[in-house]
Amino acid sequence: MTDTTARPAAAHELPAADDPRLKDTWARRQLLVLVAGVAVLSTLPLFLGEQAQSVAIRTLIFAIMAVGWNLMSGFGGMFSFGHAAFFGIGAYTGAYLLVDHGISPWISMVVAAVLSAAVGVAIAYLCLRYKLAGSYFALATFAFAQMFLLIVQNVDALHKTEGFNVEILPSDSWSMLQFQQGDPLYFWIPLAILAAAVLVSILYVRSRAGQYAQAVRDDEVAASSLGINTMRARLIAVALSCGVTAVAGVYYTQYYFFVGPEQAFGSAVSVEAIVPAVIGGIGTIWGPVIGAMVVGPLSELVATVLRNPPGFLSFLQGTSGLDVAVYATLLIVIVIVMPKGIFGTIRDRWRS
Amino acid sequence: MSLLQVEGLTKTFAGLTAVDSVDIAVADRVFLGIIGPNGAGKTTLFSLLAGSQPPTAGRVVFDDVDITGWSAQKVARAGLVRTFQLMRPFESMSVLENVTIASLAQRSRKDARRHALGVLERVQLAQYAGTSSGSLPTAGLKRLELARALAMEPRMILLDEVLAGLVPAERAPMIELLRELHGDGLTVMFVEHIMAAVMALSERLVVMHDGRVLTQGVPAEVIAEPQVVEAYLGEDY
Repeated sequence: MTDTTARPAAAHELPAADDPRLKDTWARRQLLVLVAGVAVLSTLPLFLGEQAQSVAIRTLIFAIMAVGWNLMSGFGGMFSFGHAAFFGIGAYTGAYLLVDHGISPWISMVVAAVLSAAVGVAIAYLCLRYKLAGSYFALATFAFAQMFLLIVQNVDALHKTEGFNVEILPSDSWSMLQFQQGDPLYFWIPLAILAAAVLVSILYVRSRAGQYAQAVRDDEVAASSLGINTMRARLIAVALSCGVTAVAGVYYTQYYFFVGPEQAFGSAVSVEAIVPAVIGGIGTIWGPVIGAMVVGPLSELVATVLRNPPGFLSFLQGTSGLDVAVYATLLIVIVIVMPKGIFGTIRDRWRS
Repeated sequence: MSLLQVEGLTKTFAGLTAVDSVDIAVADRVFLGIIGPNGAGKTTLFSLLAGSQPPTAGRVVFDDVDITGWSAQKVARAGLVRTFQLMRPFESMSVLENVTIASLAQRSRKDARRHALGVLERVQLAQYAGTSSGSLPTAGLKRLELARALAMEPRMILLDEVLAGLVPAERAPMIELLRELHGDGLTVMFVEHIMAAVMALSERLVVMHDGRVLTQGVPAEVIAEPQVVEAYLGEDY
């Protein structure tokens, strides 16, 4: 029964291997854009002052998170409202290994990605096993993220609510990923991480696993009737997504020299992973990156307003949470005006 | 020796018996038609055979392997593939990508794309290879369903109303295509309401009614049986 030559439906002619209809230049074009984009962006530290560079770095962290989120929620169709869990695992793995054990953050990135992928797969398996889909799936991921927040706040080894302070070294160190304040390497390193994350997305989308995940997203019943292991296809998407997001977390701790439960596992972090992807375009390669370019500077603007509000907004001084309110408003506007996001909408217009 | 052997297959939903002790044997390379009034249990029978739902009782043996209770994915990989009455394209993908997904089951990515284009040519859909599958008209979607199933290189195919929704002018080419595929050696079981197609294609005919097999045999004889006439047209006929 495994003898495929005996299968009669194979009795059709194969088109020529160089048939023009078989040409697929998509991946090559995306890689070209990636190379060009990295080349242009890598010159930014030459123009940016220290303040602007810190905004740009914040933007890159947003972008890595959103690219990660998009792998699972965009291409895999499983909407995560709890990506803080995976960002937090990254941030805390990096902090714990560095502060308490002196382990290099480069190693932590690998450890955190693997750990986060394993936790993500376990959570997703439970949700899918019990057939949670759509908003129920999203709520379940949110619940897990909140659970992690509570656990971290109550575990001594993780410094409870105090979080971790990273010791500042007297000199530059590649192995410990520490440089002079304002050093362009603080920009180039997350840029390289983002480029790697986008590269993973491009390769994944065209891979067998990625094609299967998108088929399952579009129609699970049809996919399983074509012999696709739907659970496996989804869990691969989850593992990649959670791994990438965790790396953003490790870098966060490294750059800000501090991480606490709210910065790592707070629900605002989950929102920060979602918003750039939704604004830019869910399920597209470039949407999350473009969205982050909007959200990153915007978050800085909001923070500035809060530090020094104009007269009529003086009641806001010293409060927090306005950023999330602004994101929410922006999200509503985008969903109404451009339901496919900035990139998705422009791409569709271009095609038609 | 039958390719597909169904014995005492039963499915009960909360007290309602949708499929009731069905016995069917399908020999290799046979074209078998299934007819019956709406609600007779035809689509449920397909779901049980294809692993979309587990049966309550009974046995399904395909190619000498007991596949009872297997998942849809496993049944499909064993060479028994179904299509759906309501078309289910992967809408974010092109027509060629849709079929490539199925071709991937047995080949590398590069070979799969080429194989899929060959299948599209086979079902005369190749001119739409690059079209978004969501924008195909009904006749195209029906052929896409068929193409995806064929790309799995099945031994046997279960077709659920491939002619439904087609205008009469579109039916003849589809019937011709099914005849050719059968001629190539494909074993087919199809559920169909359009009697002209059923009579033109079926070598064996099964009539279902209230979840049971009312009668089965050679088509011309089967449809002449009084109980079949009665089931279809009511007792007052």
